[in-house]
Amino acid sequence: MNLLFDFTVDKATATIHITREFAADLDLVWDAFTKAEILDQWMGPKPWRVQTKEMDFREGGRWLYAMIGPENTPPTRYSLAEFVEIQPKSNFTTKNSFSDENGNHIDSGFTFSITKNSFKAGDEKTTVQIEKKMSSLAELEKFVAGGYYQKGTELGMKNLDEYLLNLVTSK
Amino acid sequence: MRRDIFQAIADPTRRAILVLIAVQAMTPNAIAEHFDITRQSISKHLRILSECQLLAQKQEGREIFYELKIGKMKEIDIWLDQFRKILEAQFQQLDEVLFTIKNKKK
Repeated sequence: MNLLFDFTVDKATATIHITREFAADLDLVWDAFTKAEILDQWMGPKPWRVQTKEMDFREGGRWLYAMIGPENTPPTRYSLAEFVEIQPKSNFTTKNSFSDENGNHIDSGFTFSITKNSFKAGDEKTTVQIEKKMSSLAELEKFVAGGYYQKGTELGMKNLDEYLLNLVTSK
Repeated sequence: MRRDIFQAIADPTRRAILVLIAVQAMTPNAIAEHFDITRQSISKHLRILSECQLLAQKQEGREIFYELKIGKMKEIDIWLDQFRKILEAQFQQLDEVLFTIKNKKK
């Protein structure tokens, strides 16, 4: 099956738009984006994997998770997705940031992004639209241009990787 | 002072300057003519863009022309591309997971 994948960036509004079709019904795709046991199976792009520490899927709740690298070292930094709004089987919006293991915000050099995931049932497939808005254009450019990368340090690369992963995974 | 590319692009005037000189190299005066701000603040913007290594200067006679360093601008697109690739890989994993779950249900 040919599955649509569309990726556009609106630099003026610091927003990334992603559209992807999945060959499954709405109920299953919704679960895949909102249930920890499924998220943990696909969220980490190899060789990374996602490990959920807390998942409380309700408005005002949060998903706290970490990216575990191939060396299985304990995570020093966690990703936090706070559920701002949920319209069941239709869409949900999260505020994404970095935190410590208890979900306390940490200063990572980035502020936060807002992500809205919308789901639409189709003929034998489900379309997911993801709209990711950074807090400012500067932040988008900072993320995209890889400020850490330019410093060329190993730590910097690691931070950037983590941030990239956070951006990808934060729902 | 070391600056990074984000500072350069965060400002609308600087973005406009980049668009202008992307077409052709220009003198500071020619650039200033396009904006309703003081020559002094144009100079400030040009200085910041230069410090971000987005601009190259070339001397022609008594005039200094500014031109765009293309490579730096491309970094943004490279990183966007990187992000896109991670997403693609991730979604392919999800395809597999969905496939597995569907088969279990049957």
